This record gives sequence, structure tokens and C-alpha cells, in this order.
Amino acid sequence: MFKHSVMTVAIAAAFALPLSAGAAESPELAAIRAQIQEMKQSYEARLQALEQRLQDAQAAVAEAQNAAASAQQANAPAAPAAPAPAAPTTAAAGDNSFNPSISLVLGGTFSNLSQDPSTYRFGGFMPPVGEVGPGSRSFNLGESELTMAANIDPMFAGQLTFALTGENEASVEEAFVRTRELGGGTNVKAGRFLSGVGYLNAQHSHTWDFVDAPLAYQAFFGGQYKPDGVQVRWLAPFNTFLEVGAEVGSGRSFPGNDRNKNGFNATSVFAHAGDDIGDSASWRAGLSYLRTGAADRAYEFDGIPNAFSGKSSIWMADAVYKWAPNGNPTRTNFKLQGEYMRRKESGTLAAGELADAYASTQSGWYLQGVYQFMPNWRAGLRFDRLSSGTPFIGLVDSGALGMDAFPALVRYKPQRSSVMLDWSPSEFSRLRLQFARDEARPGQTDNQVYLQYIMSLGAHAGHTF
Amino acid sequence: MRTLTKSVSNKLLAAGALALSLALPAQAAINVLTCEPEWAALTTELAGDKASVSSATNALQDPHRVEARPGLIARTRNADLLVCTGLDLEAGWLPLLVQQSGNAKIAKGQPGYFEAGSFVPRLDVPAKLDRAEGDVHAFGNPHVHLNPHNIALISAQLAKRLAAIDPANAAYYAARQADFAGRWSQAMRKWETQAAPLRGLTLVEHHRNMEYLMSWLGMRQVGTLEPKPGVEPSAAQLGQLLAQLQQQPAKLVLRAAYQDERASNWLSQRAHIPAVVVPFTVGADKESGDLFALFDTTVQRLTQAVK
Repeated sequence: MFKHSVMTVAIAAAFALPLSAGAAESPELAAIRAQIQEMKQSYEARLQALEQRLQDAQAAVAEAQNAAASAQQANAPAAPAAPAPAAPTTAAAGDNSFNPSISLVLGGTFSNLSQDPSTYRFGGFMPPVGEVGPGSRSFNLGESELTMAANIDPMFAGQLTFALTGENEASVEEAFVRTRELGGGTNVKAGRFLSGVGYLNAQHSHTWDFVDAPLAYQAFFGGQYKPDGVQVRWLAPFNTFLEVGAEVGSGRSFPGNDRNKNGFNATSVFAHAGDDIGDSASWRAGLSYLRTGAADRAYEFDGIPNAFSGKSSIWMADAVYKWAPNGNPTRTNFKLQGEYMRRKESGTLAAGELADAYASTQSGWYLQGVYQFMPNWRAGLRFDRLSSGTPFIGLVDSGALGMDAFPALVRYKPQRSSVMLDWSPSEFSRLRLQFARDEARPGQTDNQVYLQYIMSLGAHAGHTF
Repeated sequence: MRTLTKSVSNKLLAAGALALSLALPAQAAINVLTCEPEWAALTTELAGDKASVSSATNALQDPHRVEARPGLIARTRNADLLVCTGLDLEAGWLPLLVQQSGNAKIAKGQPGYFEAGSFVPRLDVPAKLDRAEGDVHAFGNPHVHLNPHNIALISAQLAKRLAAIDPANAAYYAARQADFAGRWSQAMRKWETQAAPLRGLTLVEHHRNMEYLMSWLGMRQVGTLEPKPGVEPSAAQLGQLLAQLQQQPAKLVLRAAYQDERASNWLSQRAHIPAVVVPFTVGADKESGDLFALFDTTVQRLTQAVK
């Protein structure tokens, strides 16, 4: 037996070794070589077996950790596809494990305003409904946002965001359900949500780079456009970002109002495109269109009540450019964003008992840049401008009333310049100082100083681009 | 003679099949998006040209802080398989990408989502979760790839996942995995021999992202430049660390290529210890072009520094 194997090995060795060496070697030498070879092989096999055992043991530890983690939290990392270990601990999770994740944003400001905030208005514009103006003087509790979100089932996820105001009011900022796995680049949302029009509109106020919304957002949307309705978004299957979306809504949000009407009372469509420029920069640009309407949208100015009924449509163009060296925004980064909005309203304008045709084309834009010059510190500059144009007012045109009956609509171009400096010790907290020179009221300049804190607690969702 | 005809006809068949496969549109390679470059390198080892692989981040990016950029959303939309570390490393951006992409294949829990970190034993699983402790990872330290034994574990699982996603090439992935595993275990033995002098070495690291490397090579950390995970070092805190090193000396200060050099250079000069940069992941420098080179370079830089 031994001899036989020695022979085979010797033959094998003779073939394997260079001919000259093979010819010169004695059988003993060949046998020694063969033994060494055999030992090497068995050593190799044992090493491999040991390594396999080690790997198996490690995999078992990983699985035990997964089980422990999923017992602790409902939204644990997806369990590996491997057969689940017989770990009874997973069943021990309490009732809380399916609770929605909760996040809370606390905000507050200290304001110093040189003009009486109760007289705030946009010269040439009908006063919008919503969060408009610089707020109150001195200490103000900002909106505290309470968000709860969770997956509902494999198909749906849901989210509710309350805004608790300093005036002890609770309002529903967002409350929507969305699809999770429609696939094909499609996402559908239903409920109340931040509309996808424009750039800033879809972002919660705590992520804004300035204390307040741009003037155009305040004048045309009353802060932000949040329809009650349905949104469909579709992302095209290209390597360049191209997204289109459409929304239908009740039309109750400004510039619309409750018209006691069935059907889709507000519709909007939007398209966004974007891409990266090398590793360091990215851009996104978009076009949006919103069409809604109002019935007896009333406002009062200087004690004179007016009401608008008719169609309201808004075109928006938005663009944002972000730069961070090699895609690392932690140390320094820069962001430039701007939006242009143009609103057309046509219908009738009522003044007391009288009413006649009304048409206006008004526009507004802002441009802002924010630079993080060192870790945690950012500085920003923003310029806002609105243009009221001269509206066509039938009652004035026909001579029934003078322009003095519509003092709010006298042509004006409100503008504002703001600078800000903020410090964010972590991604969960931010302190901000902002100074603005606001010329929204005709002939008056309001110097506004704000100190603001924004803190976020609990689960913290990532921020959109 | 018969065997000859047989072999000729076999060759003809093979040539025909080859011509056919060239003429027909190539079997669409599966589209793999990885969160970090090390997983792109591993997927390429296992899938070869059967997958078109790209990484969402490059080697000089901090994987914790990445923006959900439009280009990334577009790439996520077209992925058949997403290979990420998981363990909340990408919590700030990946969920957004997956949600906005509207790609149902790669949602958490689907076969298209591969979480590498869940297949290896984790270090630093926190006993208590409190943001006062900084940017804490609830599921343990996520930087698992710097222990090559973890790569071996993950590679076996990833090959299985590739086969599940693309069953037509299952045998191909299994063969490549077997080949990779063989070369990898040989390389590990080589690295472990080379790195033997590093056993017991004490060091200071920038962020707690070298734990798996240290546990593999038997090194020990005596301080971090970051006072708390995710919090940038300040001058006062660095001063404290320097004082602390008087009691507990460290042999070197270690950072990843993507991390800012200033804090580590500051400490290096004052504590008179070398500042060592390791690539941390594939592609950080020209000596770290693939997974083997990554560990070759890492072991070499460390052993040179303590010579």
C-alpha cells in the first residue's frame, strides 16, 4: 500500500519536477518530498476547515445580534435571507415595537422689528392668507413640529406632522399616506402634504436657510402651498435625474379658498431635472404650474372690505446649485438657489355692493447663497423682490370707483435684503442670527433682527437635496 | 478519429455559441449600486462582467454625510441590487434615495437590498442610546469592512444574493466566490504574518472607524481625536487628549484618507508620534486599487510606522 502510493507520488513528482532533477533523484528523496507535500496539503485542509468553523461561528454571532436588535426595535435592519436562527427572543418584543417613529422640532425666535408688525403688508398685493410677515416682537415661540411616521404595511407608509404654534394652536401641517412599492419610479401620496411645486415649497420650515420664507412664497402661497389631495410622481429611468409630478387638490389652500365645489379644484404639474457636475457639485432645476381658483376670497384694508372671485394660476421656475469639495459637505460647502414666480388672477373684484372684472399679473423672485466657511458655521445672503404690476380693475376702469377705493392694489415693488449667520454644533441643533432690511410696505423700511434656535429631537429623517 | 470529430464538433458548437452570444444583445448585466467603494470592489470580484457596478460614494467621501443628490436618485432608480453597509451608517441619505427613486426592488427587506453589516459580528453595540453621546449607531459600529474576515463572511453571502437576483448566472457567481475565497484566505494569512509586530500596539484614531481593524490585528485605541462620535475636534479637547497621552502613551495617530489631516497632524507634532493615513477603502489612493491592495497598503503603512 505504502509502496504503491510512494510509487505513484514518485512518478507524479518525476513529471512535475524538471526532467534533469527527476532523473538524478533517488526514490528516498522523492519519498521525502512527497511526504512534505502531503503534510502541506493536510495542513492546508485543516487550516481551511478551521477557517470555515471560525466563519460559521462569526455568522452565528451576527445572527444572534440581529435577533437581539430586532427584539429591541421594530425597524431593525432587514434580517439576512439566511434561515432564521431559532431565537425565541424575537417574540418578546412589546406592544411598542410597532409604534411610529417620533421626531420633534423645537424652534423659537427673539425679534427686534423697527416697524409695527401689525401694519405689515406687501404694497400692491391683496393680503395673503397664511403665515405672512415678520411675526411678533420680542420672544416668540416658533412652530414646534411633531412628526410621527411609520410603515403601515408592505404597501403603504404614513406620516403626520403637527405644527404647534406659540398662540396655543395646533394645526395639521402634513398628514399623508404614501405608497412604498409601486415600483417603476412611481410614488403616490394622498392627504395633506407639502406640494412638489418649486424648490423650497417641499421643505419643512426647520430646514430653511433663513428664519422666514421668501417674500414670493408669502405673497403667492401664504407661506407654503399645502394642498389636501393626491400627488403622483414619476422618476424617469435615465442616469440623469428627471422627475415629473402632478397633483390634484381641494383648492382650499391659498391662493384658492373653499368654493363648496365637487371635483378637482386645484391642479398642479411640475418637472425637475438635475445631475452631478463631477464629484463636487450638483444642480437641480424645475418648472411648475399651479391652477386654482377662489370664490369671495375676502380681505380688508384700511377698513374697506374687498373680495376676489375667479381663477388663479402660478408659473414657477426654480434652480439650485450645491457645491461641496469632493462631495464632503462637513467642512465647507456652498449652496445657491433662486426661484421665480408669476401669478395671474382673473375674475371679479367686489367692493361693498359693487363688483366688476379684475385681472392681474404679478411676479416675484428671490436669490440666495449660503456658504459654510468652517465646520458648523454658515453665512448667507438673500435678496427678495416682488412686482405687483398694475391690475385691471373694472370698477376703476368704468369710473364707478376711484383707485382710492383699492389702496392695497396701488402699484408697488416690495423688496428685502437679508443676511444670516448660523452655528450648528451638531446636525440636530442650530442657532441663527439674521438681519433683514424689509421694504414690503410702500415708503417704509423695517429693520428686522432675529435670533433663532432650531433643535430636533428623536428620530431624524434625512434632508432632501 | 471519433474523438477527434467529437472535439472538433464541440469546438464548432462552442464557437457558434460564442458567435451567437456576441450577435444577440448581450445578456443585460445586472445593475448594482453600492453605498461604499469597498462593496463595489467586492461585487466586481464576485460578478465580473455579469454586473455593472457603481458606488454611490467615492473613497474620499465621509459615508456618514452624503447628500441625496439628484444624480444619485437617478442611479438608485435603475439598480437591481443595492449593496450597503447598513447598521444606520447611511441613515442620513439612503432611505431618502430609496424612497424618492420609486424602485420597489431595493426597498429594505427585499432581495434587492443587501445589508453587509448584518452578516458579521458587530463591535461597540451601545448599551444606552442617547444623542448626548454624539452620533451613536444603535446597531453597533458600522465600519465592518476593515477586518478581512468580515469581507470573507460577506462575500459568501453576497455571492448567494447575486445568484438569487440573477439565477441564470448562479454557477458563475459560486465559482468566482470559491476562487475569491481561496485567494482571500491566503492573503489574510500573509497579512496576519506581516502584521504580527502590531499586536498590542496602542494608537489614537480620528473617529471610531478603525475598531474592526484593531480587533483583527490586536491593536488597542487609547483615545479619539473627535471628543464624541461625529463631533469635530476642538483645540481645547485636543489639549486634553495630549495630556491624557502622558499617562497612556500611544505609538501612532491613525486616520482614514477621507478625514481632515489637521487634528491628526497637530497631535502628531506635539506627542511626537507618527501620523498614519490608511486608505480606509478601495480607491482612496493609487496603491489601493482593489480589496487586496487595500489591505496590503493598510498593513504596510502600519508596520512601517512602528519600525
